[in-house]
Amino acid sequence: MAQYKLVTCTINGKKREQIVDVRASLTDMIRNNFHLTSVKKGCEVGECGACTVLIDGEAINSCLYLAVWAEGKNIITLEGLMNPDGTLSDIQQAFIDETAIQCGFCTPGFILTATEILNAGVEYTDDELRKLLSGHLCRCTGYQNIFRAVKKTMLRRLGKDAEAELVK
Amino acid sequence: MYDMKALYEATSVENAIELRLEHPEAQIIAGGTDVLVQMREGKRAGKELISIQGLDEIRGVSMDENEAIRIGSLTTFSHITRDPIIQKYINVLGEAVDMVGGPQIRNVGTIGGNTCNGVTSADSASTLHAWEAIIELTGKNGKRYLPIKDFYIKAGTVDINVADGEIQTAVIIPKESYDRTAGFYIKYAMRNAMDIATTGCSVNCRLSPDKKTFERVRIAYGVAGPVPMRVPSAEAAINGKEVTLENIEMFSKTVLEDIHPRDSWRASKAFRQHIAVEMAKRCLIESVKRCGGDV
Amino acid sequence: MSIVGKSEVRVDAFDKATGRTKYYEDRMPAGALYARIKHSEIAHGYVKSIDTSAAEAIEGVVKVLTCFDVPDIAFPTAGHPWSMDPGHQDVADRHLLNRHVRYYGDEVAVVIAENEVAAMQGVRALKVEYDVLPFVLDVQKAMEPDAPQIHEECPGNVLKHTSMAKGNYDEAIQEPGLIKVEGWYETPMVQHCHIENHGCYAYGENGRITVVSSTQIPHIIRRIVGQALGRPWADIQIIKPYIGGGFGNKQDALYEPLCAWCSTQVNGRCVRIDCSREETFVSNRVRHAIRFHIITWLHQDGSIAARKIECFSNQGAYASHGHSIVAKAMGSFPQIYPCDNVQADAYTVYTNRPVAGAMRGYGMPQASFADDANIEDCAKAVGMNPLEYRNKFIMPKGFEDGFSHNVNYYDSFRDCMEKGRVAIDYDRKIKEYQNQTGPVRRGIGMAAFWYNTAVYPISLETSSNRMQLNLDGTVTMQCGETEIGQGADTAYSQMAAEVLGLSSYRDVHVVSCQDTDITPTGLGAYASRQTYVAGFSIRQTGELLKKKILAYASKLTRQMAENMDIRNSSIVRIMDGKVLMSLKELAMTAQYNAADSEHITAESTYTIRNNAYSFGCSFAEVEVDIPMCKVKLLRLINVHDCGKLINPALAEAQVHGGMSMAIGYGLSEQLLFDEKTGRPLNNNLLDYKISTTMDHPDLEALFVENPEPTSPFGTKALGEPPACSGAPAIRNAILQATGVSIDKTPITPHVLYAEFSKAGLIHDDWEKEGK
Repeated sequence: MAQYKLVTCTINGKKREQIVDVRASLTDMIRNNFHLTSVKKGCEVGECGACTVLIDGEAINSCLYLAVWAEGKNIITLEGLMNPDGTLSDIQQAFIDETAIQCGFCTPGFILTATEILNAGVEYTDDELRKLLSGHLCRCTGYQNIFRAVKKTMLRRLGKDAEAELVK
Repeated sequence: MYDMKALYEATSVENAIELRLEHPEAQIIAGGTDVLVQMREGKRAGKELISIQGLDEIRGVSMDENEAIRIGSLTTFSHITRDPIIQKYINVLGEAVDMVGGPQIRNVGTIGGNTCNGVTSADSASTLHAWEAIIELTGKNGKRYLPIKDFYIKAGTVDINVADGEIQTAVIIPKESYDRTAGFYIKYAMRNAMDIATTGCSVNCRLSPDKKTFERVRIAYGVAGPVPMRVPSAEAAINGKEVTLENIEMFSKTVLEDIHPRDSWRASKAFRQHIAVEMAKRCLIESVKRCGGDV
Repeated sequence: MSIVGKSEVRVDAFDKATGRTKYYEDRMPAGALYARIKHSEIAHGYVKSIDTSAAEAIEGVVKVLTCFDVPDIAFPTAGHPWSMDPGHQDVADRHLLNRHVRYYGDEVAVVIAENEVAAMQGVRALKVEYDVLPFVLDVQKAMEPDAPQIHEECPGNVLKHTSMAKGNYDEAIQEPGLIKVEGWYETPMVQHCHIENHGCYAYGENGRITVVSSTQIPHIIRRIVGQALGRPWADIQIIKPYIGGGFGNKQDALYEPLCAWCSTQVNGRCVRIDCSREETFVSNRVRHAIRFHIITWLHQDGSIAARKIECFSNQGAYASHGHSIVAKAMGSFPQIYPCDNVQADAYTVYTNRPVAGAMRGYGMPQASFADDANIEDCAKAVGMNPLEYRNKFIMPKGFEDGFSHNVNYYDSFRDCMEKGRVAIDYDRKIKEYQNQTGPVRRGIGMAAFWYNTAVYPISLETSSNRMQLNLDGTVTMQCGETEIGQGADTAYSQMAAEVLGLSSYRDVHVVSCQDTDITPTGLGAYASRQTYVAGFSIRQTGELLKKKILAYASKLTRQMAENMDIRNSSIVRIMDGKVLMSLKELAMTAQYNAADSEHITAESTYTIRNNAYSFGCSFAEVEVDIPMCKVKLLRLINVHDCGKLINPALAEAQVHGGMSMAIGYGLSEQLLFDEKTGRPLNNNLLDYKISTTMDHPDLEALFVENPEPTSPFGTKALGEPPACSGAPAIRNAILQATGVSIDKTPITPHVLYAEFSKAGLIHDDWEKEGK
């Protein structure tokens, strides 16, 4: 017999209640029940990072996370980053400006991990940044422009706009 | 959607034990980063799961009354790495678990899961062996403490007594182990992230007050045998010796007396042996430096 | 030109940055049935029987279909344009499901179920009995007389053998005093690893079949689905939404035919097939592993007297793109380093491995590795600086290929190499890194390549385009050449805006989704041809639309059409530049004119009968930790002459991606198989090592913009070229650092350990050596 459970959580700032099959991954719940299709499936075993969401501010692979574990959690998907007035968050805008997007399939995950990185308010070294971004695979960009988008945004958030402009 | 027969969510350690006694066939799931992968692959398809994900009581790092470092089994890798106690007393453990998979895995994967699946390549395992960690198990008869080397039985099997409803609740590093000691871990893998170790080597040492003599050197490997292992011959060969490059090289060559990596499609035995020696040397040199010594 | 040549933001960037872009799975109709494939667990043999009873008993399982149920129709899968010449058609050697299984992972049955779990359980519950046959994984072994026979209709397993000769090799090598440089060069089977796996869904509508698929080539897929099902091609509708990368894997019919057929077996209900990553690795397509044997005879001055080249291409179990790949590889040799006496042979050989098809570079990464490894050794043999050697002997300015009639109009190779030399500080570094000792050493290396932009004259090159003037003065445009992540839609917008005189590329709305019922016929995305090929039909159709607009404007303005032009989205009088009316005004008037209403549209097809050379090179700098058998890539620079850049920022980004693929090709990527069973060992993203952010240096992309005379916008190939020369450049840098020539890729630590051991570099006397 199928087993169901009521899950109460916050998704993109909104309190949500959903009855889920306990066998569902968080990816399944977010995509199928809430139609937030920015959460992508690239491997479903935690190797590619395309399904990344933020749970209580931390990036996780939603494919390897049971939907029932979302109980009481605060979940952010890419759809949740746009401001209410329709403008984009700085990191989304940076991905656009720095040509960090190609096929777009890894983009949602990358932006969410970048959001966790940027929210730390720390100025990371290049090596540290590369390590913090290493849980996402991309086949189009060679990561170069993604890296630059994140680095520039990090510097801007720390008030180092002039330095950000010099990042190549 | 996972092919799962049933899910039981534990509400406390006590409840987890009860569930385990009730459903002895069920698999414990903590962070899920290994169990769910195996379920997807079909290896654990159709199984029952007991989720301990909600047990906040066994999450976090603390110092107990004997100044032992207590790491709750559900503590995630990223929380271990960022923990001030870990950073101060056993930073190498934080560094080692910071090499597991990628950041999203480290935000979910737990040290308990990493040790309970009994895998030789686990990034925490060689360091925990080299620092003689104690595993705390809690079951219907109370708590049981095991040196980590006894916890690992064979590849994929650890000493957890399901009949007693046991679950792992903590990993403990006694003061005697970390006092005046520093170490270094090298993960040898085919890429710099998102990889499993071809071989992992963790070394730590305690030097004499004048930093001239090795008082105590400990070394352990992952993927040098079916389970993570210490290397007693090499340790015996260097303990009490002077801190010199010659002695470190002698030490690193001695590891071959104890380790027995195998040929697999991932790497040849000869290659693993060669790398093991080089890693031992580099790890000990770094450990000496971290103890304030000089080579 | 004002819009073309600018680094405009991608037209799809906003949607992709906000997660709105819909890929095939995001458009899935509710209630679609899940089809899961049972793949063979032997590498070669016959299915004796399949017991489906246990699977059928599972709740939720709707239907089980096996290799005994499929129509007896053999069909080709390669995403080539159809040829009316039967001799030039692709090899039809596939069935929807196979009784004769030819690799570990072949399709033998499919379970259709109401939900994913039931489908998975159903597949596990199938009991397949086989007659097991011996199998073969290696090309040379497959060519032996007693090798297992993989296709009845192809005895000896050689799918095709072609030769190429110029001058007289045997005579030429008799010349006294020649220096012989010989090697065997080995390239691996790798996979595309687009982050979106292939998937599709199919349903019946009005007696026809619709397939929505993650594909690069909707119009070609329509033909193949028709062929595979034995239905008229017009019975099939293919819809291609945004896709998460393709790199050639999706330039093949993957599971569209099977999915369409499954739908017909459940009365036209919607059926979905979603490849897992494991299936993508093994049961889609891979890059051909090609083994080369090269003998180069040099004069004392280093010039090439004669060359013999043998290429052995591992096709895997089915023909797919077949011989075209190795034929292209073979053809590259006498063009890049011209030589009067060449003898070359290329073989495409069936083995019991996954099927090799198209992949970014189409034979050129393989050829480039082998050729630039051998050429590097030639330079070494005559004691010449490797860059100087290439400068002296690489394709000269004015070179014309006799077959394609491609011309090297400029001196592009030398232009590119000069730019790279300066950027990496080649001369200083090559000196600095000479004669190093010690365990950690640095080296610098380079390699070059040429590439064909399109497929003329081998295959048809046609491009169709439709434009309509919207009421606000913007233009909606449909192209058959698809957006697969490379930025094609943005380039098309820029070109169309340029031709039409619109004020911004944003005034061109490219309908990104191709629907074969609606979209004018084009061939999709493959080769490196989209911008080049679409450019012709965009220019032609744009001129047509403009003519119609100006004709209507003439009625309203009383000015002669030829005296007017469109500039900045307005109709202007050419002579004095006077703005007569805006395009918006014109469009509104034309549409709602009660006496003379016109919806202004244009449509045309252009048959391209040209091709264009694209050129480039890579420079790599490495640090080799000899005891650890590790290579750290310190710098990688690519320089390309792909003609005039339509969008420099997008071009640069595309080069980065190709360089990343080349790094994997050079250092870490390969599919491995168990010798005892033929089972794939590493068909997942953990064990198959594509580079992560931590495995790259900063990637540097530079350009030489020599405009291509045959192109309407001066542009030529860039999609595939960046993946070609990186691996041999890395190989040559390792050679400079260590003195060790490594003739196989990927150059993994295992390979380095073996090669360094042979070279006597694995020892523990570094201290002594240092002194």
